Amino acid sequence: MLLNQFLILSAVLFSIGVYGVVTRRNGVMVLMSIELILNSVNINLVAFAAFREAIPGEVFALFVIAVAAAEVGVGLAMVLLLYRNRRNIDLARIDSMKG
Amino acid sequence: MVGFFFSQVQGLDPLTSDEVLVAQNVFFGLIALVMILAALKMVTTENIVHAALYLVIVLAGAAGMFILLGAEFVAVTQILVYIGAIIVLFLFGIMLTKGSFGTEEGEQRERNRMAILLGVLIVAVTSGSFIDSFRDAELNRQAPSTTADIGDTIFGQFIIPFEAISVLLLAALIGSVVVARRDQ
Amino acid sequence: MIELLAATTSSLTSIPLGITQEGNWFLQNAWLIPLIPALSFVGILFFGKRLPRGGSELGIAALLAVFLLSICTGFAWMDHRDNFHGEEISQTIINGEHGEHGEHGEHGEHGEHGEHGEHGEHGEPSLAVVNTATWFVTGGVEFSVGTLVDGPAVMMLFVVTLVSLLVHIYSTDYVAGDRRFTHFFAFLSLFSASMLLLVISENTLQLLVSWELVGLCSFALIGHWWEEKDNSNAALKAFLTNRVGDMGLLIGVTILFFASGEMIPDSFGSFSIATTNTLASSGLLSHSTLLIAACCLMAAVMSKSGQFFLHTWLPDAMAGPTPVSALIHAATMVVAGVFMIARLYGVFFEGFSIGGSSINLMALVGGFTTLVGACLAFVQRDIKKVLAYSTISQLGYMVMALGVGAWTAAMFHLFTHAFFKACLFLGSGSVAHSVHSFDMKSDMGGLRKVMPQTYRTFIIGSIALAGLPPFAGFWSKDEILVGTGGWGIMGGTNGNGSYTFMLVMGMITAALTAAYMTRCVYLTFFGEFRGHGNPHESGPRITIPLWILAVLAVFAGFLNLPKGFQLVPESLQERFGHYVEPVAGYFPKISHATPSWSLAIISTIIVVAGISLAWNYYFVKVEKASKESGQSLTELPDGLTTRLTIARMGHTLLVNKYYLDHLYTGIITRAVKEPIAELTYRSNQEILDRTVDTVGRTAVRVGQLNYHKIDQKIVDGFVNASGRISSDSGEELRKIQSGKVQSYAAILFAAATILAGLLIVIV
Repeated sequence: MLLNQFLILSAVLFSIGVYGVVTRRNGVMVLMSIELILNSVNINLVAFAAFREAIPGEVFALFVIAVAAAEVGVGLAMVLLLYRNRRNIDLARIDSMKG
Repeated sequence: MVGFFFSQVQGLDPLTSDEVLVAQNVFFGLIALVMILAALKMVTTENIVHAALYLVIVLAGAAGMFILLGAEFVAVTQILVYIGAIIVLFLFGIMLTKGSFGTEEGEQRERNRMAILLGVLIVAVTSGSFIDSFRDAELNRQAPSTTADIGDTIFGQFIIPFEAISVLLLAALIGSVVVARRDQ
Repeated sequence: MIELLAATTSSLTSIPLGITQEGNWFLQNAWLIPLIPALSFVGILFFGKRLPRGGSELGIAALLAVFLLSICTGFAWMDHRDNFHGEEISQTIINGEHGEHGEHGEHGEHGEHGEHGEHGEHGEPSLAVVNTATWFVTGGVEFSVGTLVDGPAVMMLFVVTLVSLLVHIYSTDYVAGDRRFTHFFAFLSLFSASMLLLVISENTLQLLVSWELVGLCSFALIGHWWEEKDNSNAALKAFLTNRVGDMGLLIGVTILFFASGEMIPDSFGSFSIATTNTLASSGLLSHSTLLIAACCLMAAVMSKSGQFFLHTWLPDAMAGPTPVSALIHAATMVVAGVFMIARLYGVFFEGFSIGGSSINLMALVGGFTTLVGACLAFVQRDIKKVLAYSTISQLGYMVMALGVGAWTAAMFHLFTHAFFKACLFLGSGSVAHSVHSFDMKSDMGGLRKVMPQTYRTFIIGSIALAGLPPFAGFWSKDEILVGTGGWGIMGGTNGNGSYTFMLVMGMITAALTAAYMTRCVYLTFFGEFRGHGNPHESGPRITIPLWILAVLAVFAGFLNLPKGFQLVPESLQERFGHYVEPVAGYFPKISHATPSWSLAIISTIIVVAGISLAWNYYFVKVEKASKESGQSLTELPDGLTTRLTIARMGHTLLVNKYYLDHLYTGIITRAVKEPIAELTYRSNQEILDRTVDTVGRTAVRVGQLNYHKIDQKIVDGFVNASGRISSDSGEELRKIQSGKVQSYAAILFAAATILAGLLIVIV
């Protein structure tokens, strides 16, 4: 197997994740797209770990999973708060920072 | 199937190494295809519950990739944490925030086009650089990493980051409770 | 005496540092002293609101404990100073060119070590007790934390814990019922912890950390009532002004670190105060390095200790609660700068060549500040501002004293000033507590009848500040004047140099101080009451601390009776100097001027003259005018300022604080801020527009030259189009500022990708 096939797969997943973050207007969907991005990063990390035959890459992937869990927790709490205050989680309508 | 991969990677199988490689490549191709399709469906589908289920497929595919790469502990963690916990969290989030969304307007369609352009740009730049740097670097791992090795590394070399992560999780826990609770 | 080690390491020598690791339990475990208030800070923060007295009891208990500990440490130090004969720690150094220079060069007299006994006036050496632990090691540099307990540290421990304890007790009454009562006590505790950490710091890094910590506490406490814009502005001003100086401290500490590294084998440098001082005062470090380091550190002193021209934050800091002003902005934190000079005196002494010169930067800054502050104190209506400017003036006195080499006098003045200034501040707080205002002219007057306790203590504090014998301020002020050594004509001997100019400035300030305090006392306590309501005496939790401080303001001066003072036995003379001034390797050899009766008498006459002038104006003339007009006046209706133009101009100058604030905010800040705003504005309006315009105009010119007769319209159209393009592009750019998170995310991703692509192409 080539290293590149994993790397390019992760690049494709990453860009799909970015597409989701940019286009989806539902707050939960944006969070899910972020998970996709984090996963593609994880594939990258583990692929390099296998390539270099080094454990730290995998350890980092585990740390990313832990941080992702924390991020989802806080992110969903924020979405819930948003929902409670505005009765919708349409990110396109949240533009109080408009300049 | 998992056991099959294990034996492949450990080289205990009577198959020759060429056959192993072919099998690995075939499975990689299959899983990758499923992952990409599921990811595309996820970001485009209108039904948000379906999107969450598509995400499950992508995450399971990623776990398969980890096994192909010989990182079984990460794969198991992936399934436990992501599919077991995070997805459930998402489903609850979806349940609690049922809101109506308007149809896509012209502005939105234009944004989608720009986002596709952006995605292609990212793929082009990163893939280009990957191909440029690791032209045909082979992955020839002799044995999968054992859980014991990972444990040693986490509690030896990475003990401080590990502690930091535990504090971060606690902070996230408290933070999400504070953010989400109803004000008295 | 630099002794050679074994022949194999002939290039290495060792130099005694004047410190030891042995000593009494109290001296070795001084780290407990900052730890206890730090714990109390945490305790108040977490449990304060649940305690019956809102956490104040925790703070008071902690301060009481550390006060007792400090007293024990003090006695342990006195015993150690007289009876200790233990092993001294030495530092191995490279005996390079600097060393040779040190032995034979211009600093020759400082190159000799271990012969303290020969210096008759210095007496037995005093070994400071050091206790260090490694904090962390990185890149071959060991960072340690530790305590350095010696005379000045012990003295500061006593002052800080005592004043802090009294302020804690006072505050339980003063801020009672405040909505952030617990928060207030938590920060008082944190402040005490940081200040105590500062005074026993073993290395400059620790000094820097605690220096920043006290600044932070000062910020938090000045802005205690931040709901009012003025208060939060004052807090910001204090913090930002201090940042200016902190930069100097950081640079100075770094310079000293690398400078000492050159002399220590196998090391990048040393943060240790004892090592740095020893190397500096033995002339092993180059003079120019020390001069630069001392100048940088001086910037830190100027901001923290309110020296001219970075003093402007200190009067504004009076926006904080009065106990805070007493503790932080009069007695302890603002003397941190003075203490830092005293701590790193080897660096300053050599850097500014204090010995044997007649003028240097430190003495000049100090002397100027003391005059400037005293003048400003005259025109204040706010009683706390009078005291604030007086503090600036007295801090100037201390810095000037250090600048002329009168180290002990400066420390002694710090010691006495802490008591009488805290007494005055707390007194002013007591007055304000009852009349609900700080304005002397409109809300005070005649308070001596209703507030007898406050009145008496305030009078004692004022006399001590003015410097009339036998009050504390007299002895310390007189020592500073003696220390200038600029009075050969009056029969004294020179100290470290002849600083005649400083002596004159000190004398003038003495007269001014006496006069403005007389004015302040008259406006507050004499005449008729001009405010509203019924003022009343404050409760015992306010008056008891006042009386304790007042007693100290009377008697503290006797701790350091001058040498050769005929009225007391010799064993009682210069006790303070004996125990506080280090005689050790890390302290420069300073010489002491001998005091004389003539100077003491002259300075007393000057003070009396200052008082009488102010007395004549306020107690005689204004009083008479008040009687005639039937109302309580605060100044003569036809005073000097109304009659003389030049006096009025001077008055205006003082009222506007020499226009320094205008200079800082109006000119300097605007000069920095506006160009940035202007630049961003112009990059929008002018550079973009003008580029396009220029292109267009060039096109016009080219068009006029080449196609003059052919087609004006194409050119015009081009210019218009280019103008429209710029306006359209601006309009497009405005759309980016949509406030939509996802647009921002898209732009972020796109920009990052493009940058990454560029990086790949380039590298």
